[in-house]
Amino acid sequence: MIHKVFTKKEWIRTLEALSDTYKVFVPVKDGNFHTFDILEEGKRPDFDYQNTRLSPKSLVYPQSERMFEYSLDENEPDVNILKVSPKDYSPRAIVGIRPCDAHAFQLVKVNFDNPLYRDPWWVQCFESTTLVGLGCKAPCSTCFCTSVGGGPFSETGLDVLLFDLGDSFLTKALTEKGEKLLEHARGGEDASESLVKDAEQSAEPTSDKISSTVPIDKLKERVVTELFDAPFWKEVAFACINCGACTYICPTCWCFDIQDEVFGKEGDRIRNWDTCMSPLFTFHSSGHNPREDKFQRVRQRFMHKLKYYPDKYNGTVQCSGCGRCVRYCPVNIDIRQVCEMMNNY
Amino acid sequence: MLEYTERIRETAKRLLQEGKAEVFIGYKKGTIPLMNHPVLISDPKGVDLLYWDSNCGLNLCNYLTGRKDKIGIVANGCNSRSIVTHIIENQVRRDQLHIVGIPCTGMIDHRAVMRAVKYREILDVKDDGDKFRVKGNDYEETFEKRGFLQKNCATCTHHNPILYDEMLAEPIEEHEIQDPFKDVEKIEEMGPERKWGFFTRTISRCLRCYACKNACPLCYCPTCFVDESRPQWVGKSIDPTDTMTFHLLRAYHCAGRCTDCGACERVCPMGISMRQFTRKLNKDALDLFSWEAGLHLDKRPPLDVYRTDDYNDFIR
Ligand code: SF4
Ligand code: SF4
Ligand code: SF4
Ligand code: SF4
Repeated sequence: MIHKVFTKKEWIRTLEALSDTYKVFVPVKDGNFHTFDILEEGKRPDFDYQNTRLSPKSLVYPQSERMFEYSLDENEPDVNILKVSPKDYSPRAIVGIRPCDAHAFQLVKVNFDNPLYRDPWWVQCFESTTLVGLGCKAPCSTCFCTSVGGGPFSETGLDVLLFDLGDSFLTKALTEKGEKLLEHARGGEDASESLVKDAEQSAEPTSDKISSTVPIDKLKERVVTELFDAPFWKEVAFACINCGACTYICPTCWCFDIQDEVFGKEGDRIRNWDTCMSPLFTFHSSGHNPREDKFQRVRQRFMHKLKYYPDKYNGTVQCSGCGRCVRYCPVNIDIRQVCEMMNNY
Repeated sequence: MLEYTERIRETAKRLLQEGKAEVFIGYKKGTIPLMNHPVLISDPKGVDLLYWDSNCGLNLCNYLTGRKDKIGIVANGCNSRSIVTHIIENQVRRDQLHIVGIPCTGMIDHRAVMRAVKYREILDVKDDGDKFRVKGNDYEETFEKRGFLQKNCATCTHHNPILYDEMLAEPIEEHEIQDPFKDVEKIEEMGPERKWGFFTRTISRCLRCYACKNACPLCYCPTCFVDESRPQWVGKSIDPTDTMTFHLLRAYHCAGRCTDCGACERVCPMGISMRQFTRKLNKDALDLFSWEAGLHLDKRPPLDVYRTDDYNDFIR
């Protein structure tokens, strides 16, 4: 396992040089918040950040993604034949991703990459991506990663973990993919064993800085139909305005809608993020909507994340504890409270 | 602020006990700073949840649409105007409502506060009327509320409710605002290309989450045009054309109805100033029809009347 230290200045140069082999995505300041963007001329990475407004899920699973293209021109030999849209799956690295967001990719993976189904777009993009995580020295008050199987320095789902040592970064390779990336990373010095130990030790107390905890231990024993019929859903849903904010900003929401868009004689089949908060999500072509009421849609979001998912996948919830929905729900519907209600029901 | 909270609780309790209201709609203190949570109370024992401070920026009129029961509701200036609009558009009946009026001193712009503390984490905000105190891990700062009002509150000329059944306090003085549409005038002066560029940039980060539209009490159609699927009016991807179509159409649907309550702008997760669209229409409604939405129960909004003596001959 190679451990290296890079001064922070050197690290930026290293990443710039790494751009020859990888498409490197880094957190950059975009107006009032941070976002992941490709490292190129004129872009300044900013690792002094808490987390990005939008999760990096769009780097693997874009909000709108062209899947197929086709021609409607009867004179063309391949009229009406769907052709897979060409994509660039050359190596990419997301550098500075927070452990919760890396964990989220693992939570989503069970949906897109399982023995029954492998989603070609998600899988290819994910497999070409190396995740270089940045441990959290100062988590937000809304973070609850430690309640859901993560932690500010959790290695789950990461290929490399970075420790911020003040003036420098210490890199710790966690997977083969990670080692390969570090082989390409020019510069830096080998880290002494004591430095590594110090860094790991100083990371430990950070877990105590996570002030938010959420109980999830009883979710799995709850009877699904009882939880479904629990009396609190209408109350939980009252304030909800059924927007898509909570699901779109969430790193673990994976639902999409497939649409055909035609211009002249050319057509594209596109998949777009969808949200179970929208009435259209379950609107049948017959005109019937099984989730006509707002409370049914709100219930779906929480039941999916906190009950159906744990029932299906060994007790873990479909939430990485990033806290985004807590901060950006316009009406302050707080998943931490709803989770507690469900757990204690 | 605290005194309002007490009075709201007492009033809600009385209304529920006396049966003047079957439910009471107000705000509850939020789980994070600068954020309150709309709440519906039906048991008089539950009134202690009710709360009021300068973070009640979501428009409660949203929650009236289609209700059939007798409702008590707190309303400041802009919320009461939205309620008036709801009544004249037949979304709720006047006799269903018991409106508890609040003279409003404006809502705090949460983004301005975050900027002022340089995006350090905010752990607690205490509202003391004219001032508010912001606390974080290793800092504490006090600000004058005047400098941190939401943009719509800074140009508000209807702080007091227009329609109410009882007031929680004496009305406050309304001041005339010099040049309330300065921002719109600046855009009006731009040429078409700059204007297009300005609005394209304004919405460039839009996620199409529709929080802005759904936070707006005017958007109550059972199926919004963006959700129509037979036929489909607007594409579902984040293609800039579709996003612009959404914003322009949404704004036009608000023409002559928008009370500039600011809920749309407040809730946007991406901080987009979509009020720039509706404000132009508000200005036009004022300039062309001397109309401000939500002031009259007995007048029809300019865009839903036909008059044989209209001053424009093209329509007569
Ligand atoms: S929970 Fe909040 S963010 Fe999610 S749909 Fe409802 S109002 Fe929007
Ligand atoms: S549900 Fe909320 S806290 Fe959990 S991963 Fe999604 S956005 Fe983050
Ligand atoms: S919570 Fe809703 S949008 Fe998110 S993954 Fe589940 S069903 Fe899909
Ligand atoms: S709330 Fe913001 S991001 Fe969401 S649709 Fe409106 S402008 Fe776009």
